[in-house]
Amino acid sequence: MTNVIPEDKQRIIVGLGSCGIAAGAKHIHEFFSRQIEERAIASSVELDITSCAGMCYAEPLVEVVDGDGSRTLYGSVDEQVALRILQEHVLGGKPVDAAVLDAHAADTDTHRFLSRQKKIVLRNCGVINPESIDESIAAGGYSALKKALAMKPAEVIEAVLTSGLRGRGGAGFPTGRKWQLVAQNPGKGEAKTKYIVCNADEGDPGAFMDRSTLEGDPHSVIEGMIICAHATGATDGYIYCRAEYPLAVRRLQIAIKQAKEKGFLGKDILGSGLNFKIKVKEGAGAFVCGEETALMQSIEGRRGMPTKRPPYPAVSGLWGCPTNINNVETFANIPWIVMHGGEAYAAIGTEKSKGTKVFALAGKVKRGGLVEVPMGITIRDIVEQIGGGSNTGRALKAVQMGGPSGGCIPASLFDTRVDYDEVTKTGAIMGSGGMLVMDETTCMVDVARFFLNFTQNESCGKCTFCRIGTKRLLEILTRITQGHGKIEDIDELDALARSINKGSLCGLGQTAPNPVLTTLKYFREEYVEHIEKKKCRAGVCKALIKYTVTDKCTGCTACARVCPTQAITGQRKQRHAINQAACIKCGRCYLRCNFNAIVIE
Amino acid sequence: MTHKTCECEEKARKMLSAEAKEIVEAVGAGKEMAIPILQEIQKRHGYLPLDLLKAVCRHADFSEAELYGVATFYSQFRFKPRGKHPIKVCIGTACHVGGAAAVLDALCDELKTEVGGTTADGKYSIETVACIGCCSLAPVMMVGDQAVGNLDPLQLKKALKKVSE
Repeated sequence: MTNVIPEDKQRIIVGLGSCGIAAGAKHIHEFFSRQIEERAIASSVELDITSCAGMCYAEPLVEVVDGDGSRTLYGSVDEQVALRILQEHVLGGKPVDAAVLDAHAADTDTHRFLSRQKKIVLRNCGVINPESIDESIAAGGYSALKKALAMKPAEVIEAVLTSGLRGRGGAGFPTGRKWQLVAQNPGKGEAKTKYIVCNADEGDPGAFMDRSTLEGDPHSVIEGMIICAHATGATDGYIYCRAEYPLAVRRLQIAIKQAKEKGFLGKDILGSGLNFKIKVKEGAGAFVCGEETALMQSIEGRRGMPTKRPPYPAVSGLWGCPTNINNVETFANIPWIVMHGGEAYAAIGTEKSKGTKVFALAGKVKRGGLVEVPMGITIRDIVEQIGGGSNTGRALKAVQMGGPSGGCIPASLFDTRVDYDEVTKTGAIMGSGGMLVMDETTCMVDVARFFLNFTQNESCGKCTFCRIGTKRLLEILTRITQGHGKIEDIDELDALARSINKGSLCGLGQTAPNPVLTTLKYFREEYVEHIEKKKCRAGVCKALIKYTVTDKCTGCTACARVCPTQAITGQRKQRHAINQAACIKCGRCYLRCNFNAIVIE
Repeated sequence: MTHKTCECEEKARKMLSAEAKEIVEAVGAGKEMAIPILQEIQKRHGYLPLDLLKAVCRHADFSEAELYGVATFYSQFRFKPRGKHPIKVCIGTACHVGGAAAVLDALCDELKTEVGGTTADGKYSIETVACIGCCSLAPVMMVGDQAVGNLDPLQLKKALKKVSE
């Protein structure tokens, strides 16, 4: 793929994305670096980095590229495996079969994980070194820019319109139409100022698509923005990135600097007369800033409170200038669309949802990670085939899509297709791509309470319904999980949820009730059970459960030692007992027990 | 009435003013620079000292009220110093479902402090964060800028020792 490295050299590539680093990849990178130095083999072995390849379940990932260009991917690499890779493969020429992740061999996890995917946005993630623009260019980066600059702006917009690309931030507004609106606007003042903003404020808990894209292939996003500048006539760009993503910010800054040096950013880009520059703005931890009007307030240096639309940003956005705001994933699609044409993109997907969508697959699933699938695939395919189904052996109950703005889709609707309109019909939303798998040990009332706690905290306080309504919803949900719910509460939740949806200005408030509405729709019996039987079938709601010791107890005393309140008593080698009055239900005994002798009732 | 300030007080005031000027000059004085200025202050001090916020406003284009309003809106900003190893426990969806609450409780027990608090020796402070995007390793926490995944409430001591050495 890359022709930057001399052919006779072997390369060891370590995946250094945030999740890889958390799994210990940095340590592995240091190990290789030390070994290469100690063994004095730097002349024949090069150590390189890449980012997230999406296979979070198999981190840390290491890839060895031999002199002939053949690539061998290794998963779950610890120091022992790393040493074997070095000795047996790099020096000995024989791959360490036991640790190889072979995408081509059928019946392997890797094959199942990758074979249904279609990588457009993630085309370079985990393949190139994201801190090297030369590797990006060798992999085709910025060739779409050159092609676009040779086209008329209207032709570029036409290609995006033809592609059918819709906003990947979640709302699904057609990208080409948005560009058209901004392009038609002459711009503000004599300077005809227009802005482009890349929304990288990925705030949904459980979503990490944009982080991985920015960490793995920042150049594709930058290239997409420059193409957009050409198409719409914008002169300045901002990337508003979440503060919790320090690595993404750093790699973006490196990429912008490199792009400037190559003449892709700045004045008279590639001799085309186009002037465009990009600044990175770091967010400061406010979920509401993912909403476009709040985001613009934040860039302008104010409290991130949403404003009324219309006027839409395309008419009057940043500092009153026409502004085009797209999500990271949307921009990352653009170079591919320009290169391959709108028709090629539109050939993928369903009638109204074209192309691919990246999902962050997590939760109770065997193979969690970042997956990019063609639109139209079913949720079942993603969860069961790509994700490998439940990681605990317990039955799956639901997937949560769209984070706090989305909803829970029950297992009975797993045949729903990934399509903006189909997903909306279930009451959830496509959202930005969080897909969290839940099994029987997840309590749906608790999930609704969790999201309401989140949105309540993050409500900016501008609209009464959002500010107070979410608080009241949260109070009712908390009451139910604590065993003090009344059966009338269910109707009240429903009525309040609908009022909040109607009475809120921005998307945060309008969609905040979705987790409540969908769990009420599909899991009403759990609510009723909590209220009438004071029972939490998932064993989550502390007030409704009880830990007890069964006769499987061997009297090993391990549980008593971890109990923070000394609630467990018993003689050595005799069955222990839990004093329910002293028990705070922290669950540590349950986790500690090696004999499954402690049960939740 | 004459107010007599001692020399060291005067010196501290001057230093504060010099630092404020330096920050504004480095970052920029415009209204849109409020957040970057706060971020720079927090990067230097680990929190936002009120005196410095006031001093900064004398050099920049925003009022004390405006800057304070921004600082209190965003959850990243703190008015209290943090521990040497600030811990952020992720309570995002995947971590919540994976048992983040039990981890948080155990961590507070282990360090004998609470969310928002700092240990008596100033070594650790505990905060929560909505999601750090390492969902496949849930439950996760950040110690400093290092993410630690697959947390087990019973093995926190070991995890802490490993990252804060």
